[in-house]
Amino acid sequence: MYAQMVKTDAARVKSLDEMEPQERTFQERVDQGQKIEPKEWMPEGYRKTLIRQISQHAHSEIVGQLPEGNWITRAPTLERKAILLAKVQDEAGHGLYLYCAAETLGVSRDEMYEQLHSGKAKYSSIFNYPTLTWADIGAIGWLVDGAAIMNQVPLQRCSYGPYARAMVRICKEESFHQRQGYDILMKMVKGTPAQKAMVQDALNRWWWPSLMMFGPSDDASVHSAQSMAWKIKQNSNDELRQKFVDQTVPQAEYLGLTVPDPDLKWNEEKGGYDFGEPDWEEFFNVIAGNGPCNAERLDARRKAWDDGAWFRDGLTAHAEKAAGRRAAAKIAAE
Amino acid sequence: MSSEWPLWEVFIRGQHGLNHRHVGSLHAPDAEMAINNARDVYTRRNEGVSIWVVRSADITASAPSEKGPLFDPSNSKVYRHPTFFDIPDEVGHM
Repeated sequence: MYAQMVKTDAARVKSLDEMEPQERTFQERVDQGQKIEPKEWMPEGYRKTLIRQISQHAHSEIVGQLPEGNWITRAPTLERKAILLAKVQDEAGHGLYLYCAAETLGVSRDEMYEQLHSGKAKYSSIFNYPTLTWADIGAIGWLVDGAAIMNQVPLQRCSYGPYARAMVRICKEESFHQRQGYDILMKMVKGTPAQKAMVQDALNRWWWPSLMMFGPSDDASVHSAQSMAWKIKQNSNDELRQKFVDQTVPQAEYLGLTVPDPDLKWNEEKGGYDFGEPDWEEFFNVIAGNGPCNAERLDARRKAWDDGAWFRDGLTAHAEKAAGRRAAAKIAAE
Repeated sequence: MSSEWPLWEVFIRGQHGLNHRHVGSLHAPDAEMAINNARDVYTRRNEGVSIWVVRSADITASAPSEKGPLFDPSNSKVYRHPTFFDIPDEVGHM
């Protein structure tokens, strides 16, 4: 997902009996499926966990523009270019909805930017892989946005109102992203053998990183248990990964592609696929900042922020000057 | 470093003659830019025909802790709802 391995500060999940009255009332409201709104009382751990998760999610949307932005100027047709532009613009919008949701918890936008630019904040590991061919743009829409949808649909029922509402908007738009990706690949597999090979190569490179998006197994994780008790998280990582594989394998078959996993096999008994284990060492390496594109992504974000400073300052100066002029005109008129 | 732009709350009137509805918020240096940004962030798919923006700092909200004193008094006044009154079927639609 877009927020991987979010910590909760919890040592273990408290039972209702162990809670102070205020916290018990809060937990009971969450259990009943009520939404928690910004100004209401909430446990400090809940607030901090949400800030971590929502800001990670927002950073992922923003950094996620970069691998795709790489192909805007090289899209094969004007139509594809317009579609990709609209898709990347949506990602910027998703980042903005999410930053706003995080701000309702008392963190400022500048603080979050600072955490991203300094390398302190995390974003999804998936965006640290390069986009080498046009087929990668198709694969990202199909697999990466597909995995994101898997995770974001249940988040619409998250206990925190502003996050849940942002997710509703995002999910509405996400389906266009996945379809446009699959559409690119449908076209390419009907093309020349070289084009079809390009699609297979893209799947080979994106398959495992896509499975890693859900994060390592968290069945034994206290953070995951706490997040679930707070209804910030609804499904375990393994559950969502299984759903993703079950949904995606037939789509790969339709394209005539081979999923690069020798252990992949239909399991009649469980009604789903058995599949291999992603390389978690690679995952932890990428999360730690050592993936193929981590440095490049952060440099691009910092450059965009720094190079835009004069423009932001200009707009601020204009706003101040205009406000001053309005005030002066008002005094003159009185 | 320059200071953070103020936060604006965005209200959009949808296509069907409904009230403006709160859709979210954004940062902008002034009202004009807030409208421009709201257009790009919240109406990329024809979601609206009109936009209001208002500085978040200018909104006064009721406190969650006052929910009881504010809203409880109307709970007991069930006669404000038409279903409180039984009208015999013979009277017809009313």
